[in-house]
Amino acid sequence: MLFLSKKQDWLGNIRSDLLAGIVVALALIPEAIAFSIIAGVDPKVGLYASFCIAAITAFVGGRPGMISAATGAMALLMVTLVRDHGLQYLLAATLLTGVLQIIAGYLKLGSLMSFVSRSVVTGFVNALGILIFMAQLPELTHVTWHVYAMTAAGLAIIYLFPYLPVIGKSLPSPLVCIVALTAVAIYLNLDIRTVGDMGQLPDALPVFLWPEVPLTLETLSIIFPYSAGLAMVGLLESLMTATIVDELTDTPSDKNRECKGQGLANIGAGLLGGMAGCAMIGQSIINIKSGGRGRLSTLSAGVFLLIMVVFLDAWISRIPMAALVAVMIMVSIGTFSWRSILNLKQHPMSTNIVMVATVVVVVWTHNLAIGVFVGVLLASLFFANKISHFMYVESALDGESSTRTYHVVGQVFFNSADKFGAAFDFKEAVDKVVIDLHRAHFWDISAVSALDKVVIKFRREGADVELIGLNEASTTIIDRFGIHDKPEEIEKIMGGH
Amino acid sequence: MNTNTNRVLACIDGSALTEAVCDYAAWIAQRVDAPLKLLHTIDHHPESAPKSDLSGNIGVDSRDHLLEEIISLEQQRSKLQLQQGKLLLQAAKERVLQAGVADPITNQRHGSLVESLIELEDSMRVLVIGLRGKVHENQPDKIGAKLESIIRSLHKPILVVNQAFKAPQRIMLAYDGGRAAEKAVEMVATSPLYKGMVCHLVYVSKDEDGKGQLLDLVANKLKQAGDIEVIAKKLTGKPDQVLFEYQESHDIDMTVMGAFSHTRLHDLLLGSFTARMLLNSKKPLLLLR
Repeated sequence: MLFLSKKQDWLGNIRSDLLAGIVVALALIPEAIAFSIIAGVDPKVGLYASFCIAAITAFVGGRPGMISAATGAMALLMVTLVRDHGLQYLLAATLLTGVLQIIAGYLKLGSLMSFVSRSVVTGFVNALGILIFMAQLPELTHVTWHVYAMTAAGLAIIYLFPYLPVIGKSLPSPLVCIVALTAVAIYLNLDIRTVGDMGQLPDALPVFLWPEVPLTLETLSIIFPYSAGLAMVGLLESLMTATIVDELTDTPSDKNRECKGQGLANIGAGLLGGMAGCAMIGQSIINIKSGGRGRLSTLSAGVFLLIMVVFLDAWISRIPMAALVAVMIMVSIGTFSWRSILNLKQHPMSTNIVMVATVVVVVWTHNLAIGVFVGVLLASLFFANKISHFMYVESALDGESSTRTYHVVGQVFFNSADKFGAAFDFKEAVDKVVIDLHRAHFWDISAVSALDKVVIKFRREGADVELIGLNEASTTIIDRFGIHDKPEEIEKIMGGH
Repeated sequence: MNTNTNRVLACIDGSALTEAVCDYAAWIAQRVDAPLKLLHTIDHHPESAPKSDLSGNIGVDSRDHLLEEIISLEQQRSKLQLQQGKLLLQAAKERVLQAGVADPITNQRHGSLVESLIELEDSMRVLVIGLRGKVHENQPDKIGAKLESIIRSLHKPILVVNQAFKAPQRIMLAYDGGRAAEKAVEMVATSPLYKGMVCHLVYVSKDEDGKGQLLDLVANKLKQAGDIEVIAKKLTGKPDQVLFEYQESHDIDMTVMGAFSHTRLHDLLLGSFTARMLLNSKKPLLLLR
C-alpha cells in the first residue's frame, strides 16, 4: 500500500506541479543551507537530505502536494549531538529516527493528533516562525551595514516584485532576490559572507554510505534520545502540515501512511549522508500557492533542488548569506500566524494561555515536542476544569420519614470529585439518605471512590443509604471499581491477599 | 407504480449525446413501466489547482489569504457548474415529459460519476449513458473517459447510446455460451422491453465447433418465452467484424451482449472485445455484467 498511488495524484496536474516544484526548490535551498549551519554540519548534508526526503515522500507520503525536506525544527534538536559526537552519529540517529517513525506509523499514532487542539497548532506554527527568524540572527549580528542593506533590499524585492505587471506573477520573487543580490555582491566586490564560506557544498550526486559508528549499545544510548525527539518533532510538524494542506486543498490525507513515509524518507536521507527532516509548513504553502497539488510537485521540488545545487555549485557558493537570510525571514513571516495575535482579544483566556505557553516553551527549549506536550497538557487541564463545572447536587428533605434525597446531575470525575463530596450535608441528622444518580455520569475511579466515601460517611453517621437511578455508564464503572456494595471486594482489600 | 429500487437512470452531461440518452431512457421507462431518474454529477478536480501564482513568496497570514482565495474560486466555479447542471436537467426533464414519461425525477450530485453511480446502484434497474462525454466529444476514436470503469464497477444492465434515438425493432443478441450471455438470454426472455421485437440470436466462432448446438436450444427457450420473433444464426470469423457486418446487413438497431468478462489485466494484454464493440458499433449496445 505504501507505494500505491492514484494516477491523478501524479499526472492530474503536470504543468502546474512542475512549475511549483521549481518555485519550491528555490525556497528549500536557503532553509537546507541555513539549518545545516545551525546544526553544525556542511550545507551538503542538508541539501542531500532535502533532495532525498522530498523525492521519497513524493512516492510514499500520505499527503500529495506536501513538501518535506531538511527543516529548522529538526536541525535545532541535533546541535548538541553533532557538537559532541560528530556527523556520523547524526547519520545513525537519522536512520533510527526513520525506524521509530515507521513503527509509529504501524502503531497508528497518527490518530493521536486529535489530542492536539487548534490553539496548540497555532502556538506551534508561531513558535516555528520565531525559531526560523531567530536562526537568522547570527547572520545579522556583528556584520557591516552592507549586510543589513542587502537583507532589506532582498525583502523589498521578495514582497514588491510580484506587484510588477506580467513578470511579477510568473517569476518567483525569491529567485529574483537571490540573483539580484548575488549580482550586486559580485559587481561591487563586497566583502560579505557567502554560502561558500559556510562549508562544503554538494559537487556530485549523493552516494550510498553506511554511517561509520560502532554498532554497540553505547552508540544506541547516545543516539536514541535524539532519535526519539527527532521522530516526535518530525511527525508533529508533518502531521500538522498535512492538516493545513488538507484544509487548503479540501482533500483528505492518510496520516498513518505519512508517518511511515516520513520514516522511510529519513532512512533514505541517513543512508545518503543527509540529516533528518520532516514536512515544512512554509514551503508547503508556497507549493499550494504556486499551483502544486500532486505528488509530482514534491518530487520535482527535490529533483530541481539537486540539479541546481550539483550543477550550479560554483554559482551557489557565491550567493551572499544576506539573500538567504531574506528568503528565510520571508518563510518565518509566512509561517507565523499573525491573525492569532488579533484573535487574542476575542478568544477565551484558556485558549490564549495554551497558545502562548506552547510558543514560550518552544522558544525556550528549542524543542517543538516539549512545547506541544505542554500545550496539550494545559489544554486537557482546562478542558477537565470546564467539564467539572457541569455538575451539581440538589436535595430535598422528607421530614415525616426523616429522609434526605440528593439528586446528582452532570459529570463526576477526578476534577469534580471533591466538589461532589462537598455537596452533601453530613451534619444533618436523618434516618435515611437517598442518592439519585440517574442523571449523573461517573467517569473514573476518583468519582467512584468519592461516592464510596460519601456512602460510608453517611453510614457512620447512622443513616441508611440507598443509591437509585444509576445509569448504565455509572453502573459499569461502579461494578468494576466500587467497594461499598461488594462484600467480596472489601474482603479482598481487608483480607490482604 | 414501481418501487424506488427499480429506476431507469439516465446520465446527463450536456454533450451531443445527451438528447439521445434522454430519448432512449424515456423509451425504456415507458416500455418497462419504471420511474425515470435523470442524473447530473458535478465532478470536482481537487488534483488540479484552480489557479497558480508563481511569485513564490509568503507574507503576513498567507495561509489564511490563500485559503480564502481558493475557497472563493472554488465556490464560484461550483456555483456555475451547479447552475449549468440545473439547466441541463431542466431541459432533459422537459424532453422526457414530452416523450410521455410521468414525473421523471432529477438529481444532481457532487463527486465523480463512477462514485455516484456506485452509490445509486441499488436503486437502479438499468443505466442509460452516452458513449462519449464532454471530454472526448469530438474524438471518434475514443470511448468516454470513465465508461469502462463505470461498466466494470456496476452490476446492472447498461445501455450505451451512440446515435440519435430510433425505437429499436430488431435486436441482435450476441451469444457466446458464457455466463453473461446466458443472463442476456434470460433477460430478453423475461423483460417486457423486448415484447414484439425481432431478436437475431447470433453465435460467432472462429471455426466450426460443437458449442453452436446450444444455439437451437436457446432459440427455442426464447421463442417459448413469448412475444418475440427469433432468428438464430451461426457465423464464423472474427467475432467483432462478423457482428458488425451482420448488424449492417440486417439493419439491427440494438445489440445485447455480456461485457468485460475478463480482468483488466487480461484485456490490457489481449485487448477487450467489449471495448472494440463499444468503439466500433454504430448502434446502441445493451451491456450485461
